[in-house]
Amino acid sequence: MNLSVQIGTLKLQNPVLVASGTFGYGAEYSELIDLNQLGAVVVKGIRLGPVRGNPTPRTVEVASGLINAIGLQGPGVDGFIKKYWPFLKLLKVPTIINIWGTTVEEYAEVARRFDALGGVGALELNVSCPNIKEGGAQFGTDVKLLGEVVAACRQSTRLPLITKLSPNVVSIAPYARAAEDAGSDALSIMNSYPAMAIDIKTRKPSLGNVTGGLTGPCIKPIAIKLVWEAAAAVKIPIIGMGGIQTATDAIEFLMAGATAVAVGTATFYEPRTAVQVIAGVREFMQSHGIEDVRELVGSVRAAK
Amino acid sequence: MLEQTVQIVSNEPDPTDLYFRLVMSAPRIAPLVQPGQFVHLRIQSIKDALLRRPFSIFQVSGDTVSILYKNVGKGTDALSRMRPAQDLSLIGPLGHGFTVPPPGGESPLLVAGGYGMAALYLLAQRSPQKGIVFVGGRRRVDILCQDEFQSLGWEVRATTEDGSHGGKGLVTQPLLAELRSGTAGRKLFACGPTPMLRAVGRIAEEFNLPAELSMDEHMCCGVGVCLTCVIPVKTGADWEYQRTCTEGPVFDSTRIAWDANS
Ligand SMILES: Cc1cc2nc3c(=O)[nH]c(=O)nc-3n(C[C@H](O)[C@H](O)[C@H](O)COP(=O)(O)OP(=O)(O)OC[C@H]3O[C@@H](n4cnc5c(N)ncnc54)[C@H](O)[C@@H]3O)c2cc1C
Ligand SMILES: Cc1cc2nc3c(=O)[nH]c(=O)nc-3n(C[C@H](O)[C@H](O)[C@H](O)COP(=O)(O)O)c2cc1C
Ligand code: FES
Repeated sequence: MNLSVQIGTLKLQNPVLVASGTFGYGAEYSELIDLNQLGAVVVKGIRLGPVRGNPTPRTVEVASGLINAIGLQGPGVDGFIKKYWPFLKLLKVPTIINIWGTTVEEYAEVARRFDALGGVGALELNVSCPNIKEGGAQFGTDVKLLGEVVAACRQSTRLPLITKLSPNVVSIAPYARAAEDAGSDALSIMNSYPAMAIDIKTRKPSLGNVTGGLTGPCIKPIAIKLVWEAAAAVKIPIIGMGGIQTATDAIEFLMAGATAVAVGTATFYEPRTAVQVIAGVREFMQSHGIEDVRELVGSVRAAK
Repeated sequence: MLEQTVQIVSNEPDPTDLYFRLVMSAPRIAPLVQPGQFVHLRIQSIKDALLRRPFSIFQVSGDTVSILYKNVGKGTDALSRMRPAQDLSLIGPLGHGFTVPPPGGESPLLVAGGYGMAALYLLAQRSPQKGIVFVGGRRRVDILCQDEFQSLGWEVRATTEDGSHGGKGLVTQPLLAELRSGTAGRKLFACGPTPMLRAVGRIAEEFNLPAELSMDEHMCCGVGVCLTCVIPVKTGADWEYQRTCTEGPVFDSTRIAWDANS
């Protein structure tokens, strides 16, 4: 039975990853799960320099979901390499680095730095974080800017490039195509959806940043639809994510057209979710006589 | 740090249904626990609420770990309805706890607000020097486990805001009175609501005493990956956000940058 899939030149032993920002830098969960069972580890978003992050409260629980406004707190490229890379580079599974910037030049520079580091599996360009005013989302909601960012990174690295798209657009197809045309090897769909909650006792927004991004099981149907639409628009592989809790959820993404999937918010309450999803996909394949996981990709029976 | 499915041994009101004591059989987690650490508990029966809930480890006895919790919302309410022999998923022990004073070292003064008493019990039990615990609450029912601290040979000074038990007022009043009588060799350890912790931090500064504070911040993952639970912590002349679930919950009071956010 084959579970391995390919993202650009990167081969993954199975199609189940963890989502950026929900898995720290890998080491944190190493006491609770065997990281080498994953398809890949995806780290929290990194820009060139350190980032302090947003004021608290930074997350709020809502019905079947979570709203977060962390503000991309992080150590910057140098801090990451010094503190977290020595652990990650020894893993048997690839590390995918999620990167962002406030200008096209910064994205390209961060891409160049990680290209020079050696041993990185792929870069995931976060052009869709809803919680940072000056960066992130502006690139993900403007087709022209998106193309420029991806092209600039493409010129800076030969590492596989994965562009992580925003769900906050009228139609995702033009964004998916713009990333593909600019040289992206794959797409990640989706990032969190802009959202807000209010504490009625204090009449204050529940988040220090006022608004944030919604994730967890409540966004899964939105993500499935976006993956399905994007899959019809491009030839490059898609990593599907948004609310995955079980193998059933993951298989739904594969059928919608994703080549791989990532588990995010669910890891917070059940750290072994990704590992359980891998086992569940394998079981499903066995019981349905499926030899190759790629047979599932895009297998939804719908008139497109 | 481990994830373990644990069985409920008992789950009893203490003494009314505002507070409960939950004892769980957790043989792999129990021997690892340090004073001031917490567990992250998954309560499966909360309708459409996903996250685990953090609770200080109250007592450890043989294979069991217990918590003392206040019924404040949907998670703790669902928990209060659970019965012996039911299962819960626990991650723990988590966080950086209190420093137990060495034999012949500092003599500890503990300051607790409400369920903050729970976080301090193991410290009182394992400290070679006995001391005084100052406990405050709104009403009589908020003063928890006074007898147990006394059984350990500790002196308990209680205050309530309505005067229904102990002195009337805030927990910091008897603390201040005690410190005016002498500070040599003493160290403060506190757990409770943030305004109380801040007041204890100020008192420590005023009397030039060391203090360890267990900070209460909302948590999500509990293991250091999501960056929800941060507080501003001094780094030289500057400050940065550090995680209460990992670098904390217990911090040296001089390191906290109380005004960084305002
Ligand atoms: C390190 C740590 C140790 C803790 N130890 C204990 C303990 O020993 N005993 C105990 O009873 N509680 C403890 N708490 C608080 C406990 O985690 C919350 O009361 C609990 O998560 C509330 O869950 P709920 O679903 O019942 O409330 P929800 O329905 O989620 O919320 C109800 C109310 O509780 C408030 N609340 C939620 N989380 C917290 C929190 N972290 N701190 C303060 N208020 C909160 C909410 O703002 C809301 O007003 C601790 C918290 C932390 C961070
Ligand atoms: C607390 C938190 C932090 C996140 N941080 C990042 C990040 O740094 N970069 C990024 O591209 N996505 C980030 N995300 C988005 C996730 O990677 C993922 O796209 C999203 O959570 C949807 O998946 P889920 O519903 O399984 O969580 C974050 C999500 C959460 C909940
Ligand atoms: S609760 Fe997630 S980092 Fe502390």
